[in-house]
Amino acid sequence: MSKVESRLFASSTSRQETITGPAVDELAQRFRQSVLPELDAAYSFARFLCKDGDAAHDIVQDAFVKAFRAYGGFKGGDVRAWVFAIVRNCYRDWMMAKRRVTRFEVTSIHEDDESPLDAIASEADTPETSLLRKTEAEAVRTVLMALPRPLREILVLREIEDLSYRDIAEITTLPIGTVMSRLARARREFAKSWSSDPAEARA
Amino acid sequence: MKTLSDAACTERSLMLHGFIDGELDAAHSLEFEQHLAACPQCAAEVAKYRAMKRVIGKSDVRWRATDALRAQVLAAVEREASAGRAAYPAPWQAQPAPRRFDLYAFIRQWSFVPTLAALAAMLFLVVLPGQHQGTLEDELLASHIRSLQVDHLTDVATSDQHTVKPWFNGKIDFAPPVVDLASSGFPLVGGRVDYVGGRVVAALVYRRHGHIINVFIWPAPPGDATTAMRDGYNLANWSNDGLAFWAVTDASADDLAKFRAAFDK
Ligand SMILES: [Zn+2]
Repeated sequence: MSKVESRLFASSTSRQETITGPAVDELAQRFRQSVLPELDAAYSFARFLCKDGDAAHDIVQDAFVKAFRAYGGFKGGDVRAWVFAIVRNCYRDWMMAKRRVTRFEVTSIHEDDESPLDAIASEADTPETSLLRKTEAEAVRTVLMALPRPLREILVLREIEDLSYRDIAEITTLPIGTVMSRLARARREFAKSWSSDPAEARA
Repeated sequence: MKTLSDAACTERSLMLHGFIDGELDAAHSLEFEQHLAACPQCAAEVAKYRAMKRVIGKSDVRWRATDALRAQVLAAVEREASAGRAAYPAPWQAQPAPRRFDLYAFIRQWSFVPTLAALAAMLFLVVLPGQHQGTLEDELLASHIRSLQVDHLTDVATSDQHTVKPWFNGKIDFAPPVVDLASSGFPLVGGRVDYVGGRVVAALVYRRHGHIINVFIWPAPPGDATTAMRDGYNLANWSNDGLAFWAVTDASADDLAKFRAAFDK
């Protein structure tokens, strides 16, 4: 641990060790330089997870506060994978909080569940349910959003974010074998919807 | 019509995706390329998925953060930094940490915290513009109150200290002292893993008549013992054996002092 970090994280139980301004400022500066550039990626991932722009906004804000708090302990490695792991946790928090607010009776939050609420909050519910007249990117998003969350997130991490199987396994806390079989299934499902999509016929 | 060769290709399905993603080792990659040369079905699949990959991977599919979000995140970082200038709880990695950040360990810690849902709500509050900055005491108090909500008190509910202690193994990287104080009038209710001050902590739950006492524990250098009262709740803080202890309760300050004495014995 560097001097900066150990000074920054002086225990609050011994208040005599006050933290000097420059240490925190230096950490904040490093954070802005190396983590903040991942904001777009984090937001995109969050939005594909929760299918709601406003919620993604809140989730990402939450995630970056947590990331900053944990940043002193970050020892290197892939910043984006690290941020995604935090975003995903914040998404799960958001899901659980939402379930509580809406008094959903949930006995377990199993990874493979696609909750009823997750489906309800779909952006596919917007008036433009027809894929016709959409740009190709919009059509891709619509097909992605219609996939179950476990398949959607794998495709987003692999095809949009270009992460390795190992990174995806770490972010989703799945064994690599499961990542691979889910990716194969996700691609099959995407291909099925895509080829039945009238918008694609014109391409 | 299912031929033998189709079945073999189905088994190769994962390999096909691994090949597309450049995840195969040299030997398997070569083997698959040889298969592709001889198998038009697999070659067609590879072409199809590669085209699909290009379509999904186009840059305008990805969502972009708004300028408002960027500004708010920057403001939140600045708020956090100014809070850090005042005081900051010891982080998880304050103990000798691995040189490379261990994402697996990080996720494991986070995934073991079942009360993270409420934590989110708490963090949303912290980042709200104009919201006053939560201190460690505020967070402990919030966590105590949260724990009193249905089903959040304990992850392991037992008065048996020999069950609670091993339960923490693998969930946290230190061993909190778990003692049953029933004979002193503070029966053990159970334990849970919680999240306070940006780190995962152990929480032990005791009962005093109708009141609950949460004891939050994490590794920290020694500090002075303190007591505080906040919003009608009593807090006591002490340290021992490289661990910081924070007890939070709505029981009386007198009871809390007795509890502390019994716990520390
Ligand atoms: Zn084949």
